[in-house]
Amino acid sequence: MPNYTIKVNGNSHSVDVSADTPLLWVLRDHLDLVGTKYGCGIALCGTCTVHVNGNPVRSCVMSVGQVKDSEITTIEGLSEDGSHPVQKAWKTVDVPQCGYCQSGQIMSAVALLEKNPNPSEAEIREAMNGNICRCASYQRIHEAVTLAARETQS
Amino acid sequence: MSPKKNDQHFSRRDFMKATSLAGGGLLIGFTLFESCKPGAEPAIDLASLNYNDFNAFIKIADNGAVTIFSPNPEIGQGVKTSMPMIIAEELDVNWEDVFVVQAPLDAKNYDRQVAGGSQSIRHGWEPLRKTGATARQMLVNAAAAQWGVDPSECTSSRGVITNSKGETLTYGDVVNQAAGMEIPEDVKLKSVRDFHIIGQEIPNVDIDEIITGKPLFGLDYKKEGMFYACVARPPAFGQTLDAVDDSEARAISGVQDVVRFGDKVAVIATDTWTAMKGKKALKLSWKSDAALESTEDHHKILTGLLDGKSFETLRKDGNVKKAFSSADFVLERTYESPFLPHNCMEPMNFYADVTSEKIHLVGPIQTPKGTAERVAQVLEREVGDIHLEMTRQGGGFGRRLYGDFVLEAAEISNLSGKPVQVVFSREDDMADGIYRPAIKYRIAASVKDGEVTGYHLKEAAINSNMYGLIPNFFPAGALENYQVDVAKFDSKITTGAWRAPYTNFLAFAEQSFFDELAEMMETDRIQLRLDLLDKVKGTTDDRIQYSPERMQKVIRTAVDKSGWGKAPDGVYQGFSAYYCHNSHVAEVADVVIEDGAPVVKRVVCVVDCGIVVNPLGARNQVEGGVIDGIGHAMYGDFAFSNGAPQSLNFDGYRMIRIKDVPKVETHFIKNTESPTGLGEPTLPPAGAALANAIKAATGKRLYNQPFITELKDLRIPEKEIIG
Repeated sequence: MPNYTIKVNGNSHSVDVSADTPLLWVLRDHLDLVGTKYGCGIALCGTCTVHVNGNPVRSCVMSVGQVKDSEITTIEGLSEDGSHPVQKAWKTVDVPQCGYCQSGQIMSAVALLEKNPNPSEAEIREAMNGNICRCASYQRIHEAVTLAARETQS
Repeated sequence: MSPKKNDQHFSRRDFMKATSLAGGGLLIGFTLFESCKPGAEPAIDLASLNYNDFNAFIKIADNGAVTIFSPNPEIGQGVKTSMPMIIAEELDVNWEDVFVVQAPLDAKNYDRQVAGGSQSIRHGWEPLRKTGATARQMLVNAAAAQWGVDPSECTSSRGVITNSKGETLTYGDVVNQAAGMEIPEDVKLKSVRDFHIIGQEIPNVDIDEIITGKPLFGLDYKKEGMFYACVARPPAFGQTLDAVDDSEARAISGVQDVVRFGDKVAVIATDTWTAMKGKKALKLSWKSDAALESTEDHHKILTGLLDGKSFETLRKDGNVKKAFSSADFVLERTYESPFLPHNCMEPMNFYADVTSEKIHLVGPIQTPKGTAERVAQVLEREVGDIHLEMTRQGGGFGRRLYGDFVLEAAEISNLSGKPVQVVFSREDDMADGIYRPAIKYRIAASVKDGEVTGYHLKEAAINSNMYGLIPNFFPAGALENYQVDVAKFDSKITTGAWRAPYTNFLAFAEQSFFDELAEMMETDRIQLRLDLLDKVKGTTDDRIQYSPERMQKVIRTAVDKSGWGKAPDGVYQGFSAYYCHNSHVAEVADVVIEDGAPVVKRVVCVVDCGIVVNPLGARNQVEGGVIDGIGHAMYGDFAFSNGAPQSLNFDGYRMIRIKDVPKVETHFIKNTESPTGLGEPTLPPAGAALANAIKAATGKRLYNQPFITELKDLRIPEKEIIG
């Protein structure tokens, strides 16, 4: 099997996987970074969202070969202790119900705020529309993104 | 944390156990479920089904730190936070001193506390309070013994015991003595007004792990040397496996084994992706002995049942036929709903390691004990060989009551001799579901001299019918002539509980019907409901468990909070009220027309669920239930063709997303009644509130779910609506 070196959360990792292996399964099964979740496998639910060179991508449809020279950030790389402003906002608002989709929600929110620190309501909805929450914690997701934006600004 | 055997004491009630811990401290084990019903966990009883399953253990260390172990799985309903809150309240400690952890189901430490059971917070309220209060009394008794005074001279507050002289001991000071004392029998519970934890806004106890992506869920479970298995199952309900060619699958690097069991074939690999690829490389042929079912067939069959005469009558008061024949008019309407998959965000999965010595099972399951028993039966092993650990669960909605995926994992591990985690792809999860059954309701009501005189509800459903007290929900008790008839068709498609079974669609049918009936009667739609509820007051029929007074209060409060009847121009309101899971709920949806289509902007939801244990978590449940109800009523569609589902992923199956979501305003009725269900009861009324608002906005009355299909051709020019 081919060997790939990928850079995740600032650390380089070497993995032996087939070239078509999605980044998602490399992270989960080979690097034990299970914060990134599997939901649909076709980039339609957003649970597997990570950042590749700062852009939010669905890691379930991006193969390991496509990301070999990129900087990858997962939920585990956002902060050691949940101190990222978006994580703090998620905690303050007490967003999760089952919690499974929330890593992906947080990664989408972080990517939004890095590009647009003061998004409108419509921009929040647009940026977060790719992430499904089956428990329907959407109202709190919206509230937490708004709070994180406000806290980051002040 | 190994208990010293000699220190065990059993109360006469036999469900509570106190043990001193070798390292110092006290462990109190309490099997809540068995306290309610000693002996056994019953099979899943849909009538009492709710989201809350639990057991409890309390550990108090000699430094006073309190740990509450909850072996009961968290599926998103907040039980892992709210249940320990109730115990901590009566234990009388500061919430800040409490740690809540998922108990490992360790046979050595906990005498195989594999129990779960379907008990709601309603049933758990008293036992949970008694657990905490009993532990508190044990500590007070231990302090009293140390001081040589009578326990009645001592008081406790926030983890500190005080005697009449003003001397104090902390709980930590007396844990070791307490472990050796008799368990008190009749303990005093706190007065509601003295609560200092219940009613506070307590964040989810797993919040830090969730937001940092820690391993919590079944799919996150790892064990050295484990493999991953993906299973090919018959693509259509009614098919069986004919022939298997696994040569290409076996040729894939990383595929370890292929095993056949029943009509299924599992590919075992070193990682999930390889197992998924291996499954796709299988060449399988399927056969069927009989015709395979399609949605069109179901439509005809269910309509035939409604038109026919083979019903089972679940409730019959007076004579609806007579009432109908002497009526001024009879309104009859038929409502239909499709099958629905659960679509938990975490697809079904389970880990199994079956060896000749033991069976180790790990994953998300709501019915651990019953599932363990089935595994033992299938593998012809003793239940005592099984050690089952529950993880946090990425949603349940009813799907994880069924242990099909656990049995698969156990069989595959048994056949292959390997520790494996079975992983459902999203396609597997949708195609191999245990769905909300497709159902049709036909409701007829007679009106004479401006009064409703009779009500006849008929249900035609796939596989199973409404159960328990549902036939006795509103308007049962309000009408002299009332009848509920049910019929079913036995399908090969598997069906089961889906969040708020039956009522998730029945509420839409009934509350849409009353809206239309009020229009036909040219009467106020709120007043019609209030008047009917007046007639239920003082009923002696013990099958009627909804309270007309509490229902009227939620209705009046919803009218008030939503500004009912005073909506600004261009905002159209729809009303709905429903009782289920022992809670009373009223909802008002506000709809506007945007780009010619109705869009829901706000839902006001008023809930009477008794004492609200944790308002922060409770509001989350309400918001989620309402949006889930709207999402599935609006978009949920799941058809079959020749036995095979026509949608297998989120490209073909639409889930509600953040852009589609209304603002939900939640109001709880304040009272001191014991708490009742909250995970489910806000979902059922949402569909009708929306449908009734859409009727107000567009003139179109909706009878079928999903609404999106019925609204497809509806485009309202803006000028005809606004102003």
